[in-house]
Amino acid sequence: MNILVCLKQTFDTEERIVIEDGQISEEGVEFVINPYDEYAVEEAIKLKEEHGGEVTVITIGPDRAEQALRTAMAMGADKGIIVDDEDLESADEFTIAEVLAAVIKDLDYDIILGGYMAVDDGSAQVGPRLAELLDIPHISTITKLTIDGDTVEVEKDVEGDVEYIQSKLPILVTAQQGLNEPRYPSLPGIMKAKKKPLERLDIDDLDLDEDEVAAKTETLEVFLPPEKEAGKVLEGDLEDQVKELVDLLRNEAKVV
Amino acid sequence: MTVTETEIRQLRAVVRDFVREVVEPEAQTIEEEDRIPEGIVQQAKELGLFGLSIPVEYGGLGLNMTGKCMLLEELGKTHNGFTSLIGAHTGIGSVGIVEMGNEEQKQRFLPRMAAGEWIGAFALSEPEAGSNASNLRTRAERKGDRYILNGMKHFITNGPEADVITVMASTDPDKGAKGISSFLVERSAPGMSRGPSDVKMGLRGSHTCQLFFEDCEVPVDNRLGEEGEGYVNALKILANGRASLAARCLGSCEKLLELSMEYAMQRKQFGRPIFENQAIQHMLADTSLEVETLRSFLYRVTSLVDQGKKVIKESAAVKLYASEVYNRIADRAVQIFGGMGYMKEFPVERFYRDARITRIYEGTSEIQRNIIAAQLKREYVR
Repeated sequence: MNILVCLKQTFDTEERIVIEDGQISEEGVEFVINPYDEYAVEEAIKLKEEHGGEVTVITIGPDRAEQALRTAMAMGADKGIIVDDEDLESADEFTIAEVLAAVIKDLDYDIILGGYMAVDDGSAQVGPRLAELLDIPHISTITKLTIDGDTVEVEKDVEGDVEYIQSKLPILVTAQQGLNEPRYPSLPGIMKAKKKPLERLDIDDLDLDEDEVAAKTETLEVFLPPEKEAGKVLEGDLEDQVKELVDLLRNEAKVV
Repeated sequence: MTVTETEIRQLRAVVRDFVREVVEPEAQTIEEEDRIPEGIVQQAKELGLFGLSIPVEYGGLGLNMTGKCMLLEELGKTHNGFTSLIGAHTGIGSVGIVEMGNEEQKQRFLPRMAAGEWIGAFALSEPEAGSNASNLRTRAERKGDRYILNGMKHFITNGPEADVITVMASTDPDKGAKGISSFLVERSAPGMSRGPSDVKMGLRGSHTCQLFFEDCEVPVDNRLGEEGEGYVNALKILANGRASLAARCLGSCEKLLELSMEYAMQRKQFGRPIFENQAIQHMLADTSLEVETLRSFLYRVTSLVDQGKKVIKESAAVKLYASEVYNRIADRAVQIFGGMGYMKEFPVERFYRDARITRIYEGTSEIQRNIIAAQLKREYVR
């Protein structure tokens, strides 16, 4: 089985976000595989263990993103492809999906996995967009995956409920929390990962025109959410409290 | 094989996550039950932690001293009992075989030790041979293709768990230190028995015990190096371990700084966080200063080791400095936590007790000072 995993390198979720000159500062920051993509990597390795085959991990990002691929290889992926994003610095979901599709259209694959979203921008668009471009079915936010022959059965998280869906290979699925418990890359695995093949591409290699894949969106401003203020404790008769609460919800929080 | 900086960073990140997500949540359980949950040990084995110091060709990671110390630093941030299990195994428990073992011994022991199937220990100390290590009473007499060991050892870290123990015994008592030889004694050796686990002040989860040798048979093939090389072997093994021990101390110091800062910012007295008091600020400033100093010192020593330089004085000094700094920082942490620092529900109480042994084992602070002084004399007195 040929298994592809699209992943993104993101900030470690424990990092504090610092904004400098209108940009998120990367100074001293630890980067990790986007946690949802990590579920996808784990699932891919499990599929390989069960059905045999090969796992290829693909990312688009700067030099440092190679580390995310190496980590996935240390977990058990067989090879990697990185598209250097120097020409893609202001890439958005549209761009990323177009570039991934260009990489993948010439590859043999049975299944493509990815996280359902990245924890940094949280857009949850790339998976579905990519499936559309490749003209294959896709199922997002899956929590269970079984493959038998070319029949695919998944359990999909729908805001707390479960949807059971059957489909066929080839397919693209995106991982939701609960799909699995990602393994730690073993330490000897990390040492061996550097010998696994890694292909470096830029958009010229992919016969893409920079303008054609230029971002469709523009970031106007980057700012931190307001600091959370202390809560308010209502006192007095229950009836007065309820009145005050409704009043606050309507006039101060403006949510009802 | 050289290890790149990127790989070290990756290895370190994995160990950090493992410590944070797997070991740390169980720290209180380790403390209460005086044992490391099997699940944690199993995961540590799968991760490859037991092969930190073992060369790649025998299934280990083949890290240089700097890389090894960076990982031990991460391990030092959690329960020291767990750190000690790994530290003793990857340090004094296996270094003898790595450095002085012959090819056959390496093939036989190291892959299993790297996988954590076999746990290693080191047995030098005896009631009459502590700091005066050459004064040991355990005898090894050659009979054909075997040695017969008689005597006892005590305070043996990983003693109860160990499958292969590097044991120092005298093959020629008349020669004193030069009559000592070292042996790899396997769990199955007839005539070896173990005492019950010692009841200690700290380092719970890591066990020490006495070892008894009564006509214990050890094949000649299990002698490490030649007869009479044992004392020098022991000193080399201990010298090698000093930087790693300092790395574990550094990790604990960093953790204590983090815990102390967190508490000082959050604990309010007289209407403001206690951090606002200059007395507390100065304690934290001193802790931070000592952490930075230790880190720079340690990694200077490890880089010297990696360049193949002789670092007898430096490694004694870094072990001495690390253990004393650890004790001071733990003491300050308890002071900052106040009454809470004396309570078992907070980890600073545990670090405070666990810190104490670092000034004693693998060479007391006094012995380290002796080593430094002896080296000074060599350097300055002609």
